[in-house]
Amino acid sequence: MLQIPCPHCGPRDEVEFSCGGEAHIARPKESDALSDAEWADYLFMRANPKGVLAERWCHTLGCRRWFNVERDTVSHEILRVYPMGEPRGGGSGA
Amino acid sequence: MSDPSLHQSPLATLHLGGRESEAAPDALVQLAERRAVGKLNLRADPANTALMQALETVLGYALPLAPNRTNGAGERGALWLGPDEWLVTVLSGQENALLEALSQAAAGHHAALSNVSDARIVLSLSGPRAREVLEKGCSLDLHPRAFQTGHCAQTRLARAAILLHQTDDAPAYDIHVAWSFAVYLWVWLEDAAAEYGLAVGDGE
Amino acid sequence: MKRQRQRLDTGARIDRSQRLGFRFNGKSYEGFAGDTLASALLANGVRLVGRSFKFHRPRGIYSAGMEEPNALVQLGKGAASEPNLRATQVELFDGLEAASVNCWPSVKFDVWALNDRVSSMLPAGFYYKTFMWPKSFWHRYEKVIRKGAGLGIAPQAPDHNIYDKRHQHCDVLVVGGGPAGISAALAAGRAGARVILVDEQAELGGALLGNGERIEARSGVDWTLGARAELDDMAEVRVLTRTTAFGYYDQNYVLMVERVNDHLGAPAGTLRQRLWKIRAAQVVLATGAIERPMVFANNDRPGVMLAGAAQTYINRYGAKPGNRAALYVNNDCAYRAALDLVEAGIRVEAVIDVRANPTGEAVAAVRERGIDVLAHHAVGGTLGSKRLRGIEVLALNDKGDGFAGDIRRLRCDLLCLSGGWNPTVHLFSQSGGKLDFDEKQACFVPGEARQAVSAAGAANGVFALQGCLAGGTAAGREAAQKAGFEEPGAPAALPFSPPEADPLNPVWRLPPVSKGEMRFVDLHNDVTVSDIELAAREGYGAVEHLKRYTTTGMGPDQGRTGNMHALAILADIKGVSIPEVGTTTFRPPYAPVPYGVMAGRDVGVLTDPVRMTAIHGWHERSGAVFDDVGHWKRPWYYPRPGENMAAAVRRECVAARDGVALLDASTLGKIDIHGPDAAEFLNRIYTNSWSKLAVGRCRYGLMLGEDGMVMDDGVTTRLGETHYFMTTTTGGAARVMAWMEDWLQCEWPDLKVFLTSVSEQWATLSLSGPNARRLLSELAEGVDLSVQAFPHMSVRDGRVAGIDARIFRVSFTGELGYEVSVATSYGLALWQAFLRVGENYDLTPIGTEALHVLRAEKGYIAVGHDTDGTVTPGDLGMDWIVSTKKDFLGRRSLARADCVRPDRKHFVGLLPEARVPEGAQIVDEPRRRPPMKMIGHVTSCYDSATLGRPIALAMVAGGRERMGETVTIPLTMEGRVVKAEIVSPVFYDAQGERLNV
Repeated sequence: MLQIPCPHCGPRDEVEFSCGGEAHIARPKESDALSDAEWADYLFMRANPKGVLAERWCHTLGCRRWFNVERDTVSHEILRVYPMGEPRGGGSGA
Repeated sequence: MSDPSLHQSPLATLHLGGRESEAAPDALVQLAERRAVGKLNLRADPANTALMQALETVLGYALPLAPNRTNGAGERGALWLGPDEWLVTVLSGQENALLEALSQAAAGHHAALSNVSDARIVLSLSGPRAREVLEKGCSLDLHPRAFQTGHCAQTRLARAAILLHQTDDAPAYDIHVAWSFAVYLWVWLEDAAAEYGLAVGDGE
Repeated sequence: MKRQRQRLDTGARIDRSQRLGFRFNGKSYEGFAGDTLASALLANGVRLVGRSFKFHRPRGIYSAGMEEPNALVQLGKGAASEPNLRATQVELFDGLEAASVNCWPSVKFDVWALNDRVSSMLPAGFYYKTFMWPKSFWHRYEKVIRKGAGLGIAPQAPDHNIYDKRHQHCDVLVVGGGPAGISAALAAGRAGARVILVDEQAELGGALLGNGERIEARSGVDWTLGARAELDDMAEVRVLTRTTAFGYYDQNYVLMVERVNDHLGAPAGTLRQRLWKIRAAQVVLATGAIERPMVFANNDRPGVMLAGAAQTYINRYGAKPGNRAALYVNNDCAYRAALDLVEAGIRVEAVIDVRANPTGEAVAAVRERGIDVLAHHAVGGTLGSKRLRGIEVLALNDKGDGFAGDIRRLRCDLLCLSGGWNPTVHLFSQSGGKLDFDEKQACFVPGEARQAVSAAGAANGVFALQGCLAGGTAAGREAAQKAGFEEPGAPAALPFSPPEADPLNPVWRLPPVSKGEMRFVDLHNDVTVSDIELAAREGYGAVEHLKRYTTTGMGPDQGRTGNMHALAILADIKGVSIPEVGTTTFRPPYAPVPYGVMAGRDVGVLTDPVRMTAIHGWHERSGAVFDDVGHWKRPWYYPRPGENMAAAVRRECVAARDGVALLDASTLGKIDIHGPDAAEFLNRIYTNSWSKLAVGRCRYGLMLGEDGMVMDDGVTTRLGETHYFMTTTTGGAARVMAWMEDWLQCEWPDLKVFLTSVSEQWATLSLSGPNARRLLSELAEGVDLSVQAFPHMSVRDGRVAGIDARIFRVSFTGELGYEVSVATSYGLALWQAFLRVGENYDLTPIGTEALHVLRAEKGYIAVGHDTDGTVTPGDLGMDWIVSTKKDFLGRRSLARADCVRPDRKHFVGLLPEARVPEGAQIVDEPRRRPPMKMIGHVTSCYDSATLGRPIALAMVAGGRERMGETVTIPLTMEGRVVKAEIVSPVFYDAQGERLNV
């Protein structure tokens, strides 16, 4: 049972959240210009690193807000929690 | 307005009527439904100060901006649900009037109001062992150092999603639970409280 | 009842005034309050307590704790008895009844002991190798072999005990209530932190209860009682005894089981055990250490015991584990045990020490008492079978790796072993912490931590008492400080340096004195030194392979006493260091946990929530048969007396087509959509266009995933300029809400749209049938129901039966229909009002089955029923609802090569000869025997009352181009084949004339 620090509600148990998978995958704007392979890459292909992964999580049973999480997939340590729209890898960004 | 005599609580199927008068002098936990709480769901951008001011004028109090905090209590107050979302409580029967007044105040702004009085019911759980009862099914830290009167939280109790609101140091809690889960949660609470002695209140 | 002949007259932590009667293997005995089953058996002189797992060799009590490999018992009698409890942990209560496991017909005469006679033929891997020929015969051998193995009897009856769970947070969790743990809890508690101190024993004290050590001129027990009193006085400290922390998970989540009532025999109706779920800011592990044995031939006789255990039985329980003892050691620690044995009146024949020249303080004290110390000697074997009669002692050769000289026999009935200590690092390892190898003490100790955890005392490889006290205090203080608490004016911790002692000399294995004698490494699973040597020879040189091939460490005791020997012997054979071999993975649970406590109160009616609509009670009273939809119970059909399902559904369908039917549709998902960009948002979410929907009008919408597959559908209504009201399927309600929030928050934060779930706010009752308008008009106020004023696919507000209502003119049956929504608390009143007025119209409540028949006759899809996540709108023949003028979720995917294949499965109707099960496969070939090419499957199939014949909906490859063709549905399991004609999925009123009346 992970404990995830919701940026609004503070640390809560994993059961209150749902995971949206890899973060920072923007929906292509000109999708018609993409080949099937490129579109499939956006749709289906996700990173699965052994180590730090940026993920989207939603505090489903709490404030219902989405946010980004940097999590170590080996140790399950949560390294950083930051708002949607902010770039990965630290810094205050946008 | 609908004829109030036609109103029915989800707990009616439990036939608590006979139980409410049972004497339970040693009970360390009290449980009752609070029927007089009307509820509006309010969405608004807190950065819109003009809108916030207009809403405060109608409500008579400010919307709590800190997460998981409340302003006011019981039949007149607001509970923080999200960074742009609140549950506004009002005496049952007055929700349409308040919704209308708030809508007018919000005219021209991006805001959303929904009457959710029947979406959830409110259970009042109180008594010296009330916290222990919650700790059986809620993973939140409810110790007074972490959760106090005036705090609220959306979380899980047993297998139901709830909105928990501490209303007194005694302690006393309001538990908002979806209408359809009300019977399940009531039965769960009765079971969890049994070892401390439970008095079933007659609601308000 | 026999006298407790091995009981000491004074001392120990037992209450001699409280006599407790118990039965073991059918015989009656007596013990005292404070006893465990093991100590009571020893006090009664019972030495033989069980049989080993594989060879069924006689075994006795070996330890005084949870590491016990031998004394496993079945507790209680009959169907609810509990297997495989350690007698060393079972607290005695009056009336306790227990029996040995793994022996038949009795522990003294066990027919399977034959295995022992032929043990040389049963090496590691024997069963795997032997019974694989011929392969197909394994299932015959297996039954017989399993009878010979087995560990106690699994209970057959339901567990009627009460179990509970509790969440708890703290600043500092201290696991282990020995001197280190107590010191840590005191330090953290004095600093003001919220502290939880847990110990698996009945009382705090840990090793102090058994080893007789003193602290500051007080006995260890008195010191403990003083500490306990201070802890009890601290408001924010909670002490839990009889509680085992068994699992250490992420972010300092620790699970523990508290045995609330087991020591009283878990009387009926009381709470037996409680699961504690702890979230701790900091954890201090003071879990102590487990003594290692020495390994030699026939080292498993009843009477062979760990030295610390023998000491504990004397000091804590006042039970003499023997009368004539020897000790076999490789370190100084056990010499203190020798002195305690003498003190208890046990004759100590000798201390056999593998070290060349032990000179420590305790060694000197033992010599002073006139006890023989045989340095540079080893035990080569034992005498006796069902109990130890003596030992064979030999001098070691110069290198210390073999024997020299003659065998010398010593008579004794107790042999105490001490091969050093293994810190209990299980929880630390579970927490993700690394283990270091301490060469000097030959054991693994906690290394770098991954979580907010530290170790103290013996668990940290510090075995001296002063070190435990100092280390515990420092760890408790530091943990509190990290959690934000500091005791003002706390005295500085004293530096501690361990007392000088001769280093331990781990002699992991010596050759057998005579060939073929078994030297046990894992007593429980009967794994010997030879088995490990064999495994290494056969290539199982990785520690995880060794474990699985020999089963070492895989018994209920998890090899707590023998694992280190297994690793060390493997390392020795491979010529590498022990840390290079490494340990097997430590996984939760640390100790067995009953299923009951995992279930807690989630049993019976609390197993899973039942979601109820406002009408639920009426449905129940009216005999509805329910269909599970998520957590909802929806009425499936309402059988009248004497009616079967088919008859009831037929009657309900006829009512909807010819009269008027009433359906509880409250479970539909409902979402309020507010904001100036609401229409644009709907344009992106739905496949069709929403820009021109007028206020007061409804529209059907189809929602796709980004992969282009149908995800949900429903009717959305424009209630105001910037206010829309969406309905979703029952099953999709939560998913659709989450999906839309996701896009709004993460991808389109610029859109001014607010979503609010109002599913539970509204009870929705659906009237359907030619008489729907007439019935509704009797109850509706303030609404013009005429077709001109209130056309199909529109909404009006009004009052129905005195209740504020929102009336939608929509239909899922193909008949004139109204969905009337009122606040949920008024749902039952409205239902009853409909029924009251409906008497004049023969109003019929219908369930979901009738609804499905009616919608199938109309060819309306049921998402999740006719679709399965692989179906596009084109597959459904619903291109008409897919806009080509705007972007929407899933649009690009519809152009993917795979989505435009001509041979995709199409949604079609079928006219089968007979009703077939949903999911049945469709083929072209009428042959009966598979394999054959499957061209599609049936998604829905009903007996249509309207058409008077079975109808089906199906997905068939290229189906729309095959209208009128006949396909075959082979029902191989039922031994029949059904032919079906492909037709349009709309079976009834294709023009929709019945809707626009």
